[in-house]
Amino acid sequence: MSMSAERAAVVTGPGPEGGDETRVPGRWSAVGRQMLRTRRVVLGIGLIAGLAAVSWIGPLVSPWEFGDRDFAAFLQPPSPDHWFGTDNTGRDIFTITMVGMQKSLIIGLLAAVITTVLAAIVGSFAGYFLGATDKVLMWITDLALVLPSFLILAILYPALRGQGWLIFVLLLAAFAWMVTAKMVRGMTISLKEREYVLAARYMGVPAWKIIFRHIIPNMSSLLIVDATINVSSAIIAETSLSYFGFGVQAPDVSLGSLIALGARQAVTHPWTFVFCTGLLVILVLAVNLVGDGLRDALDPQSKSRRI
Amino acid sequence: MTSTETQPAGPDAGSAPDAPVLEVTDLHVTFPAAGQGRDVHAVRGVSYQLRRGEILGIVGESGSGKSVSSLAAMGLLPEYAEVTGSVRLHGRELLGLDDRQLAKVRGRTISMVFQDPLSALTPVYTVGDQLAEAVRVHNPDLPKAQAAARAVELLRLVGIPNAEQRYRAFPHEFSGGMRQRVMIAMAMANDPDVIICDEPTTALDVTIQAQILEVLKTAQRETGAAIVMITHDLGVVAGFVDRVLVMYAGRPVELGTVDDVYYRTRMPYTMGLLGSVPRLDFQDKAPLVPIKGTPPSLSDLPPGCPFAPRCPLVREECTTGEPPLVRVGAETHQAACVRAAEIEANEWTAADIYPVPEIPEDAAAGTPREDREVVLEVDDLIKHHPLMKGAVFKRRVGTVYAVDGISFDIRERETLGLVGESGCGKSTTLMEILSLNAPQRGRVVVLGRESGRLGWRDRFAVRREVQVVFQDPMSSLDPRMPVFDIIAEPLRTHGHPREALRSRVHELLRLVGLEPAHATRYPAEFSGGQRQRIGIARALALEPRLLVLDEPVSALDVSIQAGVINLLDELKARLGLSYLFVAHDLSVIRHLADRVAVMYLGRIVEIGDVDAIYGAPAHPYTQALLSAIPIPDPEKERSRTHIVLEGDLPNPANPPSGCRFRTRCQKFRQLGDDERQRCLDEEPAVIPLAGAADHGAACHYAEERELL
Amino acid sequence: MFLARRLLNYVVLIFLASSFAYLLAATTLDPRSNYEQLDPRPSQESIEARLDELNLNDSTPLAERYVTWVGGVATGDFGLTIQGRSVNEEIARKAGVTLRLIVVGTVIGCTVGVAIGAYAAVRQYRSFDRVSTGAAFLVLAIPTVVIAVSLQVSAVAINQAAGVQIFQYGGEYTAGLDAGFWGTLGDRLQHMVLPTLTLAIAQFAAFSRYQRNMMLDVLGADFVRTAMAKGLTRRAALLKHALRTALIPTVTYFTFTFGILLAGTTFTEKIYGWNGMGAWVVDSIFTNDVHAVAAVSCFMAVCVMAASFLSDLLYAWLDPRVRVS
Repeated sequence: MSMSAERAAVVTGPGPEGGDETRVPGRWSAVGRQMLRTRRVVLGIGLIAGLAAVSWIGPLVSPWEFGDRDFAAFLQPPSPDHWFGTDNTGRDIFTITMVGMQKSLIIGLLAAVITTVLAAIVGSFAGYFLGATDKVLMWITDLALVLPSFLILAILYPALRGQGWLIFVLLLAAFAWMVTAKMVRGMTISLKEREYVLAARYMGVPAWKIIFRHIIPNMSSLLIVDATINVSSAIIAETSLSYFGFGVQAPDVSLGSLIALGARQAVTHPWTFVFCTGLLVILVLAVNLVGDGLRDALDPQSKSRRI
Repeated sequence: MTSTETQPAGPDAGSAPDAPVLEVTDLHVTFPAAGQGRDVHAVRGVSYQLRRGEILGIVGESGSGKSVSSLAAMGLLPEYAEVTGSVRLHGRELLGLDDRQLAKVRGRTISMVFQDPLSALTPVYTVGDQLAEAVRVHNPDLPKAQAAARAVELLRLVGIPNAEQRYRAFPHEFSGGMRQRVMIAMAMANDPDVIICDEPTTALDVTIQAQILEVLKTAQRETGAAIVMITHDLGVVAGFVDRVLVMYAGRPVELGTVDDVYYRTRMPYTMGLLGSVPRLDFQDKAPLVPIKGTPPSLSDLPPGCPFAPRCPLVREECTTGEPPLVRVGAETHQAACVRAAEIEANEWTAADIYPVPEIPEDAAAGTPREDREVVLEVDDLIKHHPLMKGAVFKRRVGTVYAVDGISFDIRERETLGLVGESGCGKSTTLMEILSLNAPQRGRVVVLGRESGRLGWRDRFAVRREVQVVFQDPMSSLDPRMPVFDIIAEPLRTHGHPREALRSRVHELLRLVGLEPAHATRYPAEFSGGQRQRIGIARALALEPRLLVLDEPVSALDVSIQAGVINLLDELKARLGLSYLFVAHDLSVIRHLADRVAVMYLGRIVEIGDVDAIYGAPAHPYTQALLSAIPIPDPEKERSRTHIVLEGDLPNPANPPSGCRFRTRCQKFRQLGDDERQRCLDEEPAVIPLAGAADHGAACHYAEERELL
Repeated sequence: MFLARRLLNYVVLIFLASSFAYLLAATTLDPRSNYEQLDPRPSQESIEARLDELNLNDSTPLAERYVTWVGGVATGDFGLTIQGRSVNEEIARKAGVTLRLIVVGTVIGCTVGVAIGAYAAVRQYRSFDRVSTGAAFLVLAIPTVVIAVSLQVSAVAINQAAGVQIFQYGGEYTAGLDAGFWGTLGDRLQHMVLPTLTLAIAQFAAFSRYQRNMMLDVLGADFVRTAMAKGLTRRAALLKHALRTALIPTVTYFTFTFGILLAGTTFTEKIYGWNGMGAWVVDSIFTNDVHAVAAVSCFMAVCVMAASFLSDLLYAWLDPRVRVS
């Protein structure tokens, strides 16, 4: 709790003159160092980076293009020619799996960012203003929670056919922010009673500035952790929906649509199922590792929230 | 009780009458670091003996290891803590016993009262069941009904009214004081020989503290137990204990009888500690003795005496080896200082060895009050808020009369102290003033401008003139902002010229005794006292006329507190500020304030000049409040009689009719029926006392009485 | 009365959610195409007539169709399926299947999860904790779909290896089986094992991790220390005081995860070929069956609200602090 005065005395005088923004350069790098000190985070980030690299480089290295079909090899097991084997239309499983993983990664990251931003804004405004704003926003949140999001996405699927996967990402995010928003709201209510927020209010800082200057930055650890969790939920949601054909549509492929194809012949031709499933599990595991490690590194008090 | 029990449990069975009940020898506790950090050496060689029926006080600031050492004795530390040394209870070694064996001792021969009664009881069971559990754990054959009967008896013993009904209440339905009584009942349930009290009154208000200390005395009388009283409050120790052990950085630095330690102090740290406490009984406002610096980190101790970096008497030999605890003067008096003999020979006191800061005279001290400008005027202010109940099914069940018609004013260069116990409405009053919104009733006039009748622009302008310093140095600064941005925030908000921002921030940092170089760092890198200084710098940034201080020193250790109080004194004189100072600590108020207003249940019960009120309080509540505060002076403390108020603060949603204080009033009890009727029917207003220049009390039967 | 107000709020939410689902389904699904793709193609008039009969004609304004549908729902009639059968009858047949799966799966999953999580917290950093946390972590990384498919694939492999049908992985019961009461019961149980296990595994993972965290939070609580100070052993203090208190937030957590559970149930039903509500909604979307979709949405909304209400009640029962006296 008390950093010693001795330590304080070691730090050198003010930075170079010029500009009154006396900023501390080492702030985010300090957070970064802390993250890197957690082994799980390093392992997770390493895994994700590795998977991302493989998924983008893989198709370039592979002798087969994404659209190629090898009419001489249907449902062939892995071989030097087809590293992961081929499927029933002669596609090279290695190539399509890599392309599918690209899509799953992008979908996961994008959806998570949108979800978290949306949740942070809705939650903090509801929590800060309370009263009518809160009532309305929370009612909307509750309403959005009544129907499971997969159901809405599935119903919307006929309209989405042929719209491309970006719309799908937006919709995925649009129905996933509620739980995070509720947590942000709870945090905001407690943060808003913090004395530095009161101090800002009593010096005349407008409310929206207080929210963006004092409230949201002080939840950044929660938001970072939650964004990570949202990445894995988005990937899982995408997989499940794509499995039933409600998600990514052909000709696009994602890990989910590949698993759907492979599952049908998993026993007889395991390579069509094992590789995409394995990569998916490793990917989600890596993201969860990062999220879990970040929570411990950034937010030691709040072990108590959710998975 | 069971066959595995080898040691007799009775107090005098098997041991000589003056053999120590509890003997702690060379106790060390280390918390091994996780990962790359360093081990924390929380306790480094504590030894003491406790005889039958004796009360030993262990005093120290936060982090001195005073609580850890007793938790170690009880075997209540987390498993990863490394404990070495010896703890003998009736001669039987406790360290190294397994959990099952220790459990048989805990709660029966040695028991404990914890600091925070809010979290120390399991929220989901009734207090009675938890108490009965304590009885039945050690008497498994006792029928449930008998255990319950014993629990009721214990509740009655510790002074809980309607014990039979309250047996079925849950902890959250009890007030803090009541919960602490339950804790004490639990501790005495099995007639222990030793009761360890870990800051038992720290979380409580003074009048409740007085009650709890009485209950503890009862508990000692009933059980004949020896008590270890762990506290940071030198006043509590003075009147309550026989011997004192002073701890610093995990080690005992002075041990002796109360009188020896208080009047013949031989360790500079103890001297500083005693000198830094503002005194309720001192009228003169001499600067307090601050101890420079902060306690060392327990994971990275310097070689030599841990106090050396802060000690005014430091010599070269202090930094080479840690001095042992050796006898000085009386046989029972020990101190750990190489210069103890010198201190004894010269009869030095705190004032002799500590440099005391000069505080400039206030230039306006001569101007009479009436001639000064009114900075803040509060007239008949009211704040009621709805009382909601239930987390699942919310509903309004009543109205809390948090502030119910109070009036006062503050003149230029004047400090008004607003005192009262928690729940009296003092903080609500502050927030109402600071919000600058129209009050529910009454008027708040800041520098001639009335709140609620201001346009947006005027309100913004008034904000410049009124700034606030908060209680908690942990939460008053945004942890994500560097100090520069924190102090610059009000300047930027009010359009301070950008090019002058940097010099202004540096100037402010110097003003509050920090270095401009500190601007680049984050709040977490500072100690509590330093953070409070940053908060003060931020409040002063816009050159306000009125500074509102919400318990600015109550979260700080005494040695740090003194420095901040001196700073506030100095700033007021130098900058010509007015203070509205809210605190529950009447000693601090006496030291800082010119006038005092005492609040009780949303009303002001007494207001006036600080010396008039402390010298001769007229309202029974003020009298009780002043009398309840222990003074760090053993002789004075022994000769005082404390007025102990009955019961708790009434529910502010349902205040008593007439005079709100009558339910607990000691005066009311002495009145005849006719006289009482007036207290029941008529709410007293603040009336100036005859013969006093500036002193009013809200009591029908106000009568000045000298207490200190 | 608060209870009444709360229930009313629930009804409003359910109604709005179902309406939303109906409107969504009515705009995105295209029942007309079902008939237009028939071979031979029916006459235009008969298509119009059929669509009108089912209240699915997209040439009727949406508002009008909605009013008709709401009118039916208000009297307890959810309309007709695209095949012309009564939606109500279908619900009656399928709801039980889904509820059985949810209830059994949840009860097993939560109980095991909470027990393992709590014990893991007590044994923090010991081998039990490491193994159970690792297992939960792994399961959390696998979508329910993949769990279901993997279990099914393994079942096929095991059956093939053993040469006997040890596991049943398709359907809810063996069609046309005539084996008396016990035989039928055994058959049903045999079919239940894998789907229930799928749900239970997913629930176990989430709950054991959550419960472990909650338990760790209270392990160091003052009241646990108090319990030990009065003479309870660490184990007794943890079981009696810590676990009981740590259960409270888990109840709230249940509400949050219920939506995910419903999704999991849907996928499980579909994969194992159970004729439940979940499988029905997936099929209905492909067959453009607007009324079925709306009915299942309503059913799920009711389930979500019921779960939320149940957890509120449990919460109040577990935590005396929120009880209204």
